[in-house]
Amino acid sequence: MPELKSVEELEPLRDHLQRDLKVSAKSSTRITVGMGTCGISAGAREVMRVIREELRERDIEARMSTVGCMGMCSREPLVDIQQGDGPRVAYGNVKPDMVPRIIEEHLMNGQVVDDWVVGRVTTRCEDIPFYDKQQRQVMRNCGMIDPESIEEYIASGGYQALAKALTTMTPREIISEIKASGLRGRGGAGFPTGRKWESTLEAEGDVRYVVANGDEGDPGAFMNRSLMEGDPHAIIEGMIIGAYAIGANEGFIYVRDEYPLAVKNLSLALEQAREYGLLGENILGVPFDLDIRIVRGAGAFVCGESSALMQSIEGKVGEPRPKHYHATERGLWDQPTALNNVETWANVPLIINNGAEWFASSGTEDSKGTKTFCLAGQITNTGYVEVPMGITLREIVYDIGGGVPGDGAFKAIQTGGPSGGCIPADKLDLAVDYDSLLEAGSMMGSGGMIVMDNHTCMVDVARYFVDFLKDESCGKCSPCREGIRRMLKILTRITEGDADMADLDLLEELAKTVQNASLCGLGKSAPNPVLSTLRYFRDEYEAHIKDKTCPAGVCRALIEYYIHPEACTGCGLCSRDCPQDAISGERKEPHAIDQELCIKCGICHDVCRFDAVGVR
Amino acid sequence: MTVELKRINEIIDCYSAERMHALAILQDIQREYNFLPREALEQTAQRLGVPEGEIYRLATFFKSFSLHPKGKYVCKVCLGTACHVLGGPRILESLERELGIEAGETTPDGMFSLEAVRCLGACALGPVVVINEEPYAHTTPDRAVKLVRRLAASEDEAEAGPADEMPSIQSAADSSSASRSA
Repeated sequence: MPELKSVEELEPLRDHLQRDLKVSAKSSTRITVGMGTCGISAGAREVMRVIREELRERDIEARMSTVGCMGMCSREPLVDIQQGDGPRVAYGNVKPDMVPRIIEEHLMNGQVVDDWVVGRVTTRCEDIPFYDKQQRQVMRNCGMIDPESIEEYIASGGYQALAKALTTMTPREIISEIKASGLRGRGGAGFPTGRKWESTLEAEGDVRYVVANGDEGDPGAFMNRSLMEGDPHAIIEGMIIGAYAIGANEGFIYVRDEYPLAVKNLSLALEQAREYGLLGENILGVPFDLDIRIVRGAGAFVCGESSALMQSIEGKVGEPRPKHYHATERGLWDQPTALNNVETWANVPLIINNGAEWFASSGTEDSKGTKTFCLAGQITNTGYVEVPMGITLREIVYDIGGGVPGDGAFKAIQTGGPSGGCIPADKLDLAVDYDSLLEAGSMMGSGGMIVMDNHTCMVDVARYFVDFLKDESCGKCSPCREGIRRMLKILTRITEGDADMADLDLLEELAKTVQNASLCGLGKSAPNPVLSTLRYFRDEYEAHIKDKTCPAGVCRALIEYYIHPEACTGCGLCSRDCPQDAISGERKEPHAIDQELCIKCGICHDVCRFDAVGVR
Repeated sequence: MTVELKRINEIIDCYSAERMHALAILQDIQREYNFLPREALEQTAQRLGVPEGEIYRLATFFKSFSLHPKGKYVCKVCLGTACHVLGGPRILESLERELGIEAGETTPDGMFSLEAVRCLGACALGPVVVINEEPYAHTTPDRAVKLVRRLAASEDEAEAGPADEMPSIQSAADSSSASRSA
């Protein structure tokens, strides 16, 4: 592997790698398997193994490569076949037993198996409707290049922004470019990145640090994971540029422990960058040294909060500090520190390469550029998407997400994780930007979007988040520690049908106290799920309290399972699987549930093939 | 389990004996022993020159550490928002019933530990269950129980010989996702 001794060596290397890749692409077949965590969960490893086996048995020459997440998680495992320099034909939901037919028809007979094709990908993904309204900038390489290959990253134009920054720009110029672009923090709070860097540069200190926050703790969010797994070099390149701009010689990437593949790909990418001379001393021949290390989190949601994260890097318990000083002045080991989300860092090379004006040409007045989101919950096309800021929620849910599957009706979309809120159907035309979401009682957050339908109880959702926060509150300040526990008590009473209307006022009062009096951002935003559901779904709270019913049929104390005698065929499946032996009946005769014994586990409802088990 | 101080020192020696490496050292010890033995905590404190109480504090603050030995198979049921909405809690309950333990506990034979975790980041394929770092997508209570039964059965069969490899829906036990490098 050649160490790059000067900036001038990068361009010829890129051209050389591009030529190499082109030559090998022209003359060969490339089979790409999506091997992000989503792909692996859906069974991509087994698919990969079967493909290898088939190729060997039939003696077919093909280059196998793995890529990160392309975004179409609902279609995983995804297998692309590219012959020569033709388009990549993407097969979706590939099961091992589908592989022989694909190999036989596509590779041996030259016939694409149209039944299983999701679309054709050239340099972009225009052919696939899922991508119509997307604008893949940060995700440009995800699912396109092998994240384990720095060569593929360089061939796709990687590290050109670094070369440009190091040779043609002063640190001040880099910062002004980032400021002019209007880039705001992608971790959720949306602080202007250029300003943050400027304060770090200007702050007094012996040393400076750059830190990437990859501690994606929000339940329901996996954008950062997909980015770290799928294009680790983009994050690293952004950090090197940032470090040069603020004068840092040491950097850290904090990755949560639950993401082993992200840690693996980032570690490999750092190693490769060192070998190429893109990290270390005199980077690209310029008198500038930097090394970046990975710090693994250990399972604490609060460590996504900047001051807690830095405590954790120092080897201390991840408790937030009061913000008398910003991290830009006194961050890691009390030295000036630029801490940004991994997605923010990955935007930096784009801005340097294409200019601030290009970046600012998409998005809204105050929220520039694109944002990645992940769609999950009751939505047809679950996945990892990137859209220009200002797109409406409706476009995301329906045009990209394909709406709610089955007979469900859209009820709400939850954004911003436990710090965010639930936005109801009549607000679907809301433009997605930092400020509109805040106004609607939610927040951008890191980008999780969970769609909920009429089978989701909003009181249960509020209770879920508060229960989550009860476990995750670090306990340092009492408003958050105690307030959340009390809110949980009240919410539990409501879901169990034991509350009265005065409890709602108390809940609201408590929520506002926690909001006002907590120490860190997580505590201050902890009541958001409660306040937003109270604001938009008060009727559901009242149904639980006044009518003692759960309209969505979720809260156990308020529902019962029953068997429709007309629909029941007496097959006996439910009574066999009932853990309580609460279901009885003669064979081929309608069965019945003994409500005294029933624990409402819902297994009968799941196993019934005749829709004979209902909830009321 | 015997804890050899020599091995603990080897783990610590992979890093410089500075406080900032405390988390990484504890993570490596946890991977080695499946929990944090008391002797290991004491040795880490001594080597790093940090009070034992501080190391204990780290070990109890972060959720991925355990002070008790975990089972051979660690079943993590995701209760992230998407998995919650899609029925994750019911999967956890059915596994609690199947294994006769509650979330956070280990079966008396040391075979299974059951954990409720908040988001594994595979939300698009929920509900998700992860067993020994191998993720399973679109799980149902029924499928989760069958998976655990299959593992238990394979253990019974393998009693005569060692059973290092875990049977899996996806088989092909590629260890790449279980990387410990950092």
